Amino acid sequence: MSPIGTFHYLVLSSALLLIGTVGVLTRRNVVVILMSIELILNAVNINLVAFSQALHNIDGQIFAIFVITDAVAEAAVGLGILIALFRNKETVLVDEIDLLKW
Amino acid sequence: MPISFPTTLDLGRFLPEILLTVFGTLFMVLDAVLQKRSKNLFGHLTLLALAAALGASLYAGSEPGPAFGGMLVVDGFATFFRVLVLGVGMLIVLSSYRFLARENAETGEYHALLLFSLAGQCLMASANDLIMVFIGLEISSIASYVLAGYLRDDKRANEAALKYFLLGSFATAFFLYGVAILYGSTGTVKLDQIHAVLTGPNAPFPVFVTLAAALMLVGLGFKVSAAPFQVWAPDVYQGAPTPVAAFLSAAPKAAAFAVFLRIFTTALEPIGTAWEPLAWGSALASMTIGNFAALLQSNIKRMLAYSSIAHAGYVLVALTARSDTGTSAAMFYLAAYALMNLGAFAVVTHLSGKGERYLTLDDFAGLAQKQPFTAAMLTIFLLSLIGVPLTGGFFGKFYIFKAALDSHLVWLAVLGLLNSAVAAYYYLRVLVMMYMHDPSQAVQEAEPLSHGLQLALVLPALGTLFLGIFPNWVLEFAGHSAALMK
Repeated sequence: MSPIGTFHYLVLSSALLLIGTVGVLTRRNVVVILMSIELILNAVNINLVAFSQALHNIDGQIFAIFVITDAVAEAAVGLGILIALFRNKETVLVDEIDLLKW
Repeated sequence: MPISFPTTLDLGRFLPEILLTVFGTLFMVLDAVLQKRSKNLFGHLTLLALAAALGASLYAGSEPGPAFGGMLVVDGFATFFRVLVLGVGMLIVLSSYRFLARENAETGEYHALLLFSLAGQCLMASANDLIMVFIGLEISSIASYVLAGYLRDDKRANEAALKYFLLGSFATAFFLYGVAILYGSTGTVKLDQIHAVLTGPNAPFPVFVTLAAALMLVGLGFKVSAAPFQVWAPDVYQGAPTPVAAFLSAAPKAAAFAVFLRIFTTALEPIGTAWEPLAWGSALASMTIGNFAALLQSNIKRMLAYSSIAHAGYVLVALTARSDTGTSAAMFYLAAYALMNLGAFAVVTHLSGKGERYLTLDDFAGLAQKQPFTAAMLTIFLLSLIGVPLTGGFFGKFYIFKAALDSHLVWLAVLGLLNSAVAAYYYLRVLVMMYMHDPSQAVQEAEPLSHGLQLALVLPALGTLFLGIFPNWVLEFAGHSAALMK
């Protein structure tokens, strides 16, 4: 068995990207969509850290910390927006959020 | 590695962002502390903050150079976009006074969010490092998501904010994935070093870099509402409060284009032939979808949203040209577009009435009879959006298509010109409504223009005419800074 290397990390990260993208595109519940977006951001983090280790360059890890911080800010704002919407419409399903369309 | 503290020079070059953040935070504290206050207090303070940041940008721009070890770079290009977005911010504040009073929503948080969003956009304009680009993009976006849902008891605003948030963060995630791949294949996040690696002897496997460029194009395409990633724009512009929609159509878009231009014409310039077809397709699709969908709209905000998609397409034509003339044409166009679009949105803000009831094209009927001045101003903006000579829109389009022809993009230029002929129809429809019909209910009820709105109409109108009569001044500056960027 070969040791776990950059390639393995990249496969894991691509799988997470795929799962996240399919989740965003197919799920109806906004909370699940939010979780799928977080999955993609974590795929990015795995990529960044794996590259950072392979290249012996610290920038990637610093970048990953910023991405984690951003993911938290995004989740906070996203849930806030969702709560504001839920108070007015009592739904978290995207196909029922349909006031605006042509 | 020695720890280096920021020097005075670094801080001076970062001063606009510092000021905006300090004022924004201050507003949030003041909002909680001050019980009795004049209703316009925060509006005035915001204008003050923006004027200070504008001064700081000009001061920083007078001594160009890198800051914080090359993470930021304050050059003519950065100064141009900083001044542009701060100017947009001022016009938005001016047109917000009346709107906020009408909706009974004069809190400090509106202005604080506006300042935070602008801080992010200033950072995007001067970022020279993918980490800084990302941070600026997110500061700007997260504040914009909240602004879109600012009227939180309005179902339309809730929906607009949610759609903007979901699609925006999805796009950011893709952008980041592209950034990660670019970092992995070049080993650096600094834009100038990426350029050096890509042109150097150890250039990475081009497939990965192209993939990274494509993913970043998806992410930035969302932010500038370019097709095929434009679907959020009409819904968000329609649902968001009108001054916020005006803001979203001008400032974040200009900043996102600043990032677009800087990354794609400096760092990714060596693989230009690989991303050029993608930009070509996106430019054509944006122009066509934007203009033809705008023909069918009856809601004025949706129409302006589709028109803003089309205008993003014109700027992408300039990007596709991959030349200094293209970059400077894009800069000129973004300035002209911000002015004329903000003016048009200010008229919509004026006329929409409490709760934004009057937003259809028919509501503009007879405006020229009741309020000839407002109608005249809107005429200038619409003519500029069409691209009639003597307005900024004309020279903007002229330079863009000239840059496209110089770069042998004949088909793109021809199709773009045909597109702008189509666009004339839906803008002229508003003019006909204003001048040749009897006054509508909305026009009968419209209050006289407030001082804030007067300024928010006159200043962009003067700017539009200035750009249309003396384009050289801005264009030379843009051309100079585009050449220096490399």
